[in-house]
Amino acid sequence: MDTTVQLIWLPPALALLGFVLNGTLAFVRPTAKTLVSIIGAGVLLAAFGVSVAIFSAFAGLHPDAPLVFRYWSWIPVGTLQLDFAFQVDQLALVMLMVVTGVGSLIHLFSIGYMKEDPGYARYFAYLNLFVFFMLVLVLGANFPVMFVGWEGVGLCSYLLIGFWFSEQANADAGRKAFIMNRIGDFGFMVAMFLIFWSTGSLDFETVFSTAPTALLAGGGAITAITLFLFLGCTGKSAQIPLYTWLPDAMAGPTPVSALIHAATMVTAGVYLVARCNLLFAMAPISSAVVAGVGALTALFAASIALKQWDIKRVLAYSTISQLGYMFVGVGTGAITAGVFHLVTHAFFKALLFLGSGSVIVAMHRAYHHTHIHEDAQDMRNMGGLRRHLPWTWALMWIATLAIAGIPPLSGFFSKDEILAAAFGRGTAQPLWLVFWGLGLVAALLTAFYMTRLMLYTFHGPNRTGDHAREHLHEAPWIMTGPLLLLGVLSAAGGVINIPELYHGNAWLHHWLEPVTARGAALLPQTHLSHGTEWVLVGVAVAVALTGIVGAWRLLKPEALVPASRAPEEHGFARILRSKWYVDEIYDALIVRPLVWFSREVLWKQVDQRAIDSGAVNGAARGARALGWANRWLQTGQVGVYVAAFVVGVLLLLWRAIGRGGS
Amino acid sequence: MLLTPALAISAVLFTLGVAGVLFRRNAIVIFMCVELMLNAVNLTFVALAQQLGVGGQVFVFFVMAVAAAEAAVGLAIILAVYRHKQSVSLQNMNLLKDG
Repeated sequence: MDTTVQLIWLPPALALLGFVLNGTLAFVRPTAKTLVSIIGAGVLLAAFGVSVAIFSAFAGLHPDAPLVFRYWSWIPVGTLQLDFAFQVDQLALVMLMVVTGVGSLIHLFSIGYMKEDPGYARYFAYLNLFVFFMLVLVLGANFPVMFVGWEGVGLCSYLLIGFWFSEQANADAGRKAFIMNRIGDFGFMVAMFLIFWSTGSLDFETVFSTAPTALLAGGGAITAITLFLFLGCTGKSAQIPLYTWLPDAMAGPTPVSALIHAATMVTAGVYLVARCNLLFAMAPISSAVVAGVGALTALFAASIALKQWDIKRVLAYSTISQLGYMFVGVGTGAITAGVFHLVTHAFFKALLFLGSGSVIVAMHRAYHHTHIHEDAQDMRNMGGLRRHLPWTWALMWIATLAIAGIPPLSGFFSKDEILAAAFGRGTAQPLWLVFWGLGLVAALLTAFYMTRLMLYTFHGPNRTGDHAREHLHEAPWIMTGPLLLLGVLSAAGGVINIPELYHGNAWLHHWLEPVTARGAALLPQTHLSHGTEWVLVGVAVAVALTGIVGAWRLLKPEALVPASRAPEEHGFARILRSKWYVDEIYDALIVRPLVWFSREVLWKQVDQRAIDSGAVNGAARGARALGWANRWLQTGQVGVYVAAFVVGVLLLLWRAIGRGGS
Repeated sequence: MLLTPALAISAVLFTLGVAGVLFRRNAIVIFMCVELMLNAVNLTFVALAQQLGVGGQVFVFFVMAVAAAEAAVGLAIILAVYRHKQSVSLQNMNLLKDG
């Protein structure tokens, strides 16, 4: 075996080392910011370097089966023999490259973004820890190791959302994310129990090789397993019904939103479905649920994004919507398309988030210098930033066109492939035509809301205020540099999988074939003629252009007024602005009844009455009553005791003689 | 041949002893009743020793020795109680009762 691939333990170990060092510095020398920057970004760049070496070494081998590295026996219990093991295969390597690559850029950006923050060392410690857990997640060779990473990234997400925890709203957002994720994790755990129960193993390779014989395709067991797995995905990847934590997660620092809540962690669900593509291929109902939930989420979240004013919230709903696309892809069985969109989305959404970070920094500084207390993230306070932030403006337009699906940018190829796959399966199963339609409408909305974001932020007149305007500046090179690189990737990222339609070599498709082949063999084979494909491409591009031009024509940035003087919306716009009142509905239907039940029944009745008064004090009271009732026995009269003794002896004698006699 | 009457007398004596212990209040009378029970048992031992070997007779000596020791200790206790309470009635000896 190639010795370079054996270094697979190194990238996570480097990230862990960064966490340990930065975590120590956070306690010992929190002011040593230069050292923290070198460690924090350095370990990531080193990990990326190692990953590139592993990737090229593995590409030389390109084995059909994953390479599994067992490190130690982790949970040996009876028939459950679990090793702590990493698995290197084509899918894991794609994720490894995205996590370390995009992660490195975001770490570099953070150096500039968090420069003034007193919790600088703590921030980088958390960020390094996140990368460690994310790598454990993607490299784990069995479900429990993956679950360790899965829980770990959830922990880091919680820590970083509530990074500025002294404000109640931020701490609440962290808790909300954690609890919503716990609901999903419950699904993941139940799925693991079911998998072990039905296949007797939790190693990916063993499960996938025994599943076709151990489980009936389309049966109840496999459907339950995959649906519970998908419940885990809806938590981690913010899909209906568990998506509401992601918009609130914007309370964290913007690079965190870019890294965790756009590029990497939230795609873990997509990765899980792609990893278990065989299981999902065996369960048609679950596949339809995955694709259906994805399509609905894509449309639903996009509709909310239309009316948000907070620049980061627009992007958050956009992320939910794009994750929906990925689930349409993997649910359809087009694993490559889903993973492809995962990769390109990591590029352009990280760029959009970091760009918004650069805007927020500029706005924040301008307000800070002029001592104005306005919302630095509200687009109504922006406008005309193109003149002050030219680089950010140009790069964010690239990302906007990419996410809208304008050729030849990266998002065009990946989104088009997902829609084409859904349409292709729709020719065999008409249900998928509905998903395709939903995806198309969502694409229209995507183009619209992204153009709206650009229009309100960068175009039209400036609404920041005459005095503050003079302080609007482009961010330093440590922040624009990563933006530039992400811009290149967003523009050209599509080259990794140019389909044969354009005489490309569909590299990613062939690369992932060893991973996806077993699942693909079970799916209905559909083939679209080149004519149909061209029509689909034409429709998709026309939809994207309609969205962009429509937004450009319909929206009037000149008519906007700053947030503090903005009028209240009415009618449908207000429903969208209020996010379809989903948070309120959850609050009324779940949170309040749960709190009421906990307080009135569990606390006041079960705990206070049954346990405290009944069981605990009741036991003491019972013992006392028993003693009180038996007090008359102790008379102090020796005669009474003797009488009792004689009666006892007589009884014993009577029994003994009775026994002997019978 | 004398076994049955001997055992019968022994049973009567023992029952008298038990009844005395149960129903009399004077500590010295109770003490004498205990002696009565011990000697009733002794009579049983001797009677049965005729058929079952010499062991019973040997045991009687032990009982006598223990009874002598017990008499010494018991009378001493009764004397001590009398000095303390000016009475040997068991009804006055109820210090173990609570309250």
